[in-house]
Amino acid sequence: MKKVIVVGNGMVGYKFCEKFVTKEGSEKFQVTVFGEEPRPAYDRVHLSEFFENQDAKALEMAPRSWYEEHNINLITDVRITDIHRSKKTITSANEKEYAYDYLVLATGSSPFVPPIKGVEKEGVFVYRTIEDLEGMLAYAAKLKVKNPNAKAAVLGGGLLGLEAGKAVMDMGLEPHIVEFAPKLMPRQLDSRSSQVLQLKLESIGLNIHLSKATNQILGDDGYITGMEFGEDDKLDVEMLIISAGIRPRDELGKTCDLDMGVRGGIVVNNKMQTSDPYIFAIGEVALYNQMIYGLVAPGYDMAEVAASQIIGNIEVLMPAEIDMSTKLKLIGVDVASFGEPFMPASKGHSIIFENKTQHLYKRINVSLDGKSLLGGILVGDASDYNMLHQVFLNGMPIPEDPAQLILPATEGGAFGSALDLPDEAQICSCENVTKVQICGAIKDGSCEDLAGVISATKASTSCGGCKPMVTDLVTETLKSLGKTVKNVICEHFEYSRQELYGIVKAKKLTSFNEVLDACGTGHGCETCKPLVSSIFASLYNDTPNKEDVTQDTNDKFLANIQRNGTYSVVPRIAGGEVTPENLIVLGRIGKKYNLYTKITGGARIDFFGAELNDLPAIWKELIDAGFESGHAYGKSLRTVKSCVGSTWCRYGLAESISFSIELENRYKGLRSPHKIKGGVSGCIRECAEARGKDFGIIAVEGGWNLYVGGNGGATPRHAQLLAEKIDNETVIKYLDRYLVYYIQTAAPLMRTAAWLDKLEGGIEQLKKVVIEDSLNIVEDLEKEMQFLVDAYECEWKQAIENDEMKKRFSHFVNSDDRDDNLVFVPLRDQKMPKLWEKEVKEVTL
Amino acid sequence: MEEVLSKYKTVKADEVQVWFKAASVLAFPTDGGACVKYKDLQIAVFNFSRLNAWYACQNLSPEKQEMVLSRGMLGDQKGTPKIACPLHKKTFSLVTGENLNGNLDPIAIYPVKIEDNFVYIGFSE
Repeated sequence: MKKVIVVGNGMVGYKFCEKFVTKEGSEKFQVTVFGEEPRPAYDRVHLSEFFENQDAKALEMAPRSWYEEHNINLITDVRITDIHRSKKTITSANEKEYAYDYLVLATGSSPFVPPIKGVEKEGVFVYRTIEDLEGMLAYAAKLKVKNPNAKAAVLGGGLLGLEAGKAVMDMGLEPHIVEFAPKLMPRQLDSRSSQVLQLKLESIGLNIHLSKATNQILGDDGYITGMEFGEDDKLDVEMLIISAGIRPRDELGKTCDLDMGVRGGIVVNNKMQTSDPYIFAIGEVALYNQMIYGLVAPGYDMAEVAASQIIGNIEVLMPAEIDMSTKLKLIGVDVASFGEPFMPASKGHSIIFENKTQHLYKRINVSLDGKSLLGGILVGDASDYNMLHQVFLNGMPIPEDPAQLILPATEGGAFGSALDLPDEAQICSCENVTKVQICGAIKDGSCEDLAGVISATKASTSCGGCKPMVTDLVTETLKSLGKTVKNVICEHFEYSRQELYGIVKAKKLTSFNEVLDACGTGHGCETCKPLVSSIFASLYNDTPNKEDVTQDTNDKFLANIQRNGTYSVVPRIAGGEVTPENLIVLGRIGKKYNLYTKITGGARIDFFGAELNDLPAIWKELIDAGFESGHAYGKSLRTVKSCVGSTWCRYGLAESISFSIELENRYKGLRSPHKIKGGVSGCIRECAEARGKDFGIIAVEGGWNLYVGGNGGATPRHAQLLAEKIDNETVIKYLDRYLVYYIQTAAPLMRTAAWLDKLEGGIEQLKKVVIEDSLNIVEDLEKEMQFLVDAYECEWKQAIENDEMKKRFSHFVNSDDRDDNLVFVPLRDQKMPKLWEKEVKEVTL
Repeated sequence: MEEVLSKYKTVKADEVQVWFKAASVLAFPTDGGACVKYKDLQIAVFNFSRLNAWYACQNLSPEKQEMVLSRGMLGDQKGTPKIACPLHKKTFSLVTGENLNGNLDPIAIYPVKIEDNFVYIGFSE
């Protein structure tokens, strides 16, 4: 049986044993392990945990019994002093000689103690073994008896030094970290991440001193009392832990004349063989690629290579490039780095996300062509480490916009996360266009803007519901290609909606042609015309009657166009409250004009199938009975839905129905970038589904809770809490401000949820603006809303009372005939439009 | 439906046999459209005042076969006058009838002339 001797029973020495015994053929070898420390190998990486529980057993890599079970002869508390290469034996400090066929040196390293004057004083420790820790604990206990506020410093702000800092905290001493370099963890972190880490550590009580060269250790009667950095620059400490780097334990190699590195370490090849083919070296004593690898992972890899080589699997070699990626928790703070954490700008681009308020830092380095991940740094949140490390290791493709790899995911964001969707995701379900088709059209160069993509793919050309997502995908893709994206309205206006809003307001422009002449080109289109109309409506509360040709078709005819070119009619029924008399009126009108009738989701009544020519007559009857426009056709307030509240409900806490009617009447006719819906619930049972609305109000003990930014639809969102336990007046005040702020700053066709997603700082920022008045604008916002409320006029009343305005409600300009193309078919005692050609085959009634 | 669509054929200026006197120019909105009935045809007529030009096309949307184009919105795409269908905003050139943002069949285009403040549409029969 051949003999393998392992010198060193640290983490790597243990790992060698573990790997070796699981290999086929290992039964032909007798393994003997020598450990210098009294106990079997333990987890030095988690050494600081010893301070929490002082349980050395918990740190053990494996108990003694494990070695026995695997027929490994473990000899601890014995140091090996010599190697006799010619006769292939070693001798121990107690003068015993052992023969080997293969020798594995896993002696590790020892802490480097810099030659500072006074370093020999009592109270100065190194941080390496459980014995070191036990010494510190005993010393600290004595210190605290004398001075409960004693301070201790750690010399060295590297990985191990910070661990030691935690140890100091756990011992109940005031912790100080002293680092020679201008930053913490200089080998793993760049300056910015180091600063973020520093802020975090300081916030939990560590005192950090950077760029400090220690001249001498001050003392009194042989005990440390302080550190001196320069003239008049001192730090009073009563204990010092030195963690200033490591030195390989390579004495054995030197004395038996193995090839050594200039600055220490036993030279090995990629088989982990030293210059003597029967002697291997692994872990921190081995000098591979002229480097000592102070991390556990490469040490374990070396153990695997040496074990394989000795067994005879000679094809297992150490890779030329060693992955130095690490992820650890330092004093509860995630810190990770992988690949090339630092990278010169000539090799690639860095994408950096930094949020000092949350102590977060993320950096990834990508190749110049943006296709591969080269490395990165994470501080504060390393939850992405595994994924990023995988992507890096396997050279996996990265998103078009690599920033997606580290950006905080927006919670269910409809738009923020569009690029996260898989390529096959169907974006436009009407035209069956997938994400990859949209992004691909930009990337392959066949399209250069949104209009181009829409034209080429047809995405969003049917119902248009996916337009915001298509826009996002195009924008993000363009950005990822390094193209600047200006969010312009269309070819006629080189401005965003918000910018144009400002221009129109400042120049007091009042007609589309004025706006076009003032700041546009060409003659307008179906994108900019309704947008400008919406701005007029928001600024002046102009009804669509004023300039009907620039209105979207629904606004133009004050009714929702249906698929056969007929219209629907929805009178306002504020809060869903309607008298039986009015219900009878509605029934009579529906019957008279033969309208398909249905209750809407917003708790009102919708008539369908009205012909253009009949609209004025229908509305005249409605208005005569006291109804007014429900604005169901507008990008405007639709309904404020309500439960019956304390008026009837035995659980109700407040009069939700009265309040919803008040709010609906206040904001009726309010034009906005998209439709707005509200809800008021009388208690937390939330029967009005208020949190699924752009604004929702729920009665609680002590007032109303006000929620904003919710919606149903394609991407349902719960509204977020803006304010708690406020009275009716305050609800209205905050709502006024919130709604006008949204109207002024949102993009076209952007609902409040998406707007809030895009608002930097989200709901917290909104609270600052709306409640704390951080922008000093609430007075203007309130004034603007009051102006709009006061300027309200029922646009249907306007239209039927003015012959010129009424003129457009006629199918022919030269005849009173009706559209003879219209065909209705019966449906459950009512009617519906004849199906479109291709649908006839697909639908059975 | 196919037969409805087949009734609309582009008429070139030199093919006009009949100039149909539709209505007074005042009956048409500025920078908007209205529908003219001629025999059993529905023709959308547009007063594009910014271009100082009038256009006429079929009122029938080729997408869904509904009579709605006259209620659409006027505009231009890089200078080409166009009409956007009110149903799904499909846009068509008012010069060639071509679908500008899709691959629907082109719409039929008719000549328009203004005489003594009256709008005339040209038909081949």
